Amino acid sequence: MTSLSFELTIGILKIFSFVVPVLVSVALLVYLERKVLGAVQLRKGPNVVGPFGILQSFADVLKLLTKENLLPSSSNKFLFIFAPMLTLILSLIAWAVIPISSTYVIANINIGILYLFAVSSFGVYGVIIAGWASNSKYPFLGALRSAAQMISYEVSIGFVIITVLICVGSLNLIDIVESQKNMWFAIPLLPMFVIFIISALAETNRLPFDLPEDEATLVAGFFTEYSSISFGLFFLAEYANMILMSSLTVILFLGGWYPPIDIFPLNAIPGIFWFVIKVFLILFVFLWVRATFPRYRYDQLMRLGWKIFLPFTLIWVVITSAFLFYFGLLPN
Amino acid sequence: MTTLIKYIKSFTLFELMKGLKLTITYFFKPKVTLNYPNQKGPISPRFRGEHALRRYPNGEERCIACKLCEAVCPAQAITIEAEPKPDGSRRTTRYDIDMTKCIYCGLCEEACPVDAIVEGPNFEYATETREELLYDKEKLLRNGDIWEKQISENLKRDSKYR
Repeated sequence: MTSLSFELTIGILKIFSFVVPVLVSVALLVYLERKVLGAVQLRKGPNVVGPFGILQSFADVLKLLTKENLLPSSSNKFLFIFAPMLTLILSLIAWAVIPISSTYVIANINIGILYLFAVSSFGVYGVIIAGWASNSKYPFLGALRSAAQMISYEVSIGFVIITVLICVGSLNLIDIVESQKNMWFAIPLLPMFVIFIISALAETNRLPFDLPEDEATLVAGFFTEYSSISFGLFFLAEYANMILMSSLTVILFLGGWYPPIDIFPLNAIPGIFWFVIKVFLILFVFLWVRATFPRYRYDQLMRLGWKIFLPFTLIWVVITSAFLFYFGLLPN
Repeated sequence: MTTLIKYIKSFTLFELMKGLKLTITYFFKPKVTLNYPNQKGPISPRFRGEHALRRYPNGEERCIACKLCEAVCPAQAITIEAEPKPDGSRRTTRYDIDMTKCIYCGLCEEACPVDAIVEGPNFEYATETREELLYDKEKLLRNGDIWEKQISENLKRDSKYR
């Protein structure tokens, strides 16, 4: 009995040691996004709350918490409240299998990548439920778009992951990182890496693919009717998903917790540090892309997903496996 | 050949990289933001901000109650009442400006023969209630006392263009 409660406590502590840093990084990421967008537009961005304005997002969260939570009278009340919770929970439970270093992970399961894929596919339910429960036209259209977009890009993400898995021979995330000790997959699989980043943008509904929340045509997309902290939960979930996708990119392509070169001063630094640095580098690319490109039109988005990425990744899966097979490099 | 180059360009994301390069150069450029309450942009000496009634250096009011400003005011924001003082000079007993009506055209300033009513350089006089924006003579004279230094300097700097 005591050993059970002890294990339970350890487990809960472990979960908190992931969830709290993730939520803090979400706050940091929102701040970073506003800073990067500001810098690109020759502005300074938030710089008043706290040193360099770093506490701005906490102030925003406090503001959201004190606001009134409006329930549209025609909405389905239960689902309306349930949807943001579902979205946030799904974006947080995915962290269960993300290895921060070779030993530090909540659940080191052998089908880690499949679990991640399943959970991130589930994410679309939060969006669909939110759009449907709002009982209003813009959220509904936003939800439909979002569902279609997430499904189409998940296909190409699936093929990208398959190419990586062919090179590794394991579904375990720790094994995937460890097989990149000598060379990161971003180098031999560069086209896949680029496609993965672009698909990750589409998957997390970021610009230039943020059609589900396209201000110009859909007000705010699927969370138009949301206010106060239920809006805040969607916001948190979106940014937590961004961090999740970028850490997935780091695990699949950028060698997880390994330093760029395995030489003395670099490999003395703990792996967590490298992991976080790489994740924020990818996040910076996300923000940089957002600051640069205009939004895609919906049909262009679908064309890119189905007519370019899908055949391209499919061909690349064949090329990679043929190459590995011919040179006898297939992992057993 | 051109089609081939087009394909190569689109598959290497050439144009996208060009765009990204442009934004990253802007990312490192010096920023143009003014930290507003701490830093303020320059304003012209002709700037038409909050109104003020000026005094002569000996402390006497400039306004002679000619009511030209009241007459010229297109928004009819100015109300003046006047009566002679014991020493025989005409002075206002009431000089009200409804700042919610005022359109900041500067005609009162131009009409004034003695440079008494002026629109000063102050633009930070937002209030929490509407009533606070109905300025009376006392408030306007107080504004004049506060801003006199800058107002006279601005009038001097602008005088050669008048």
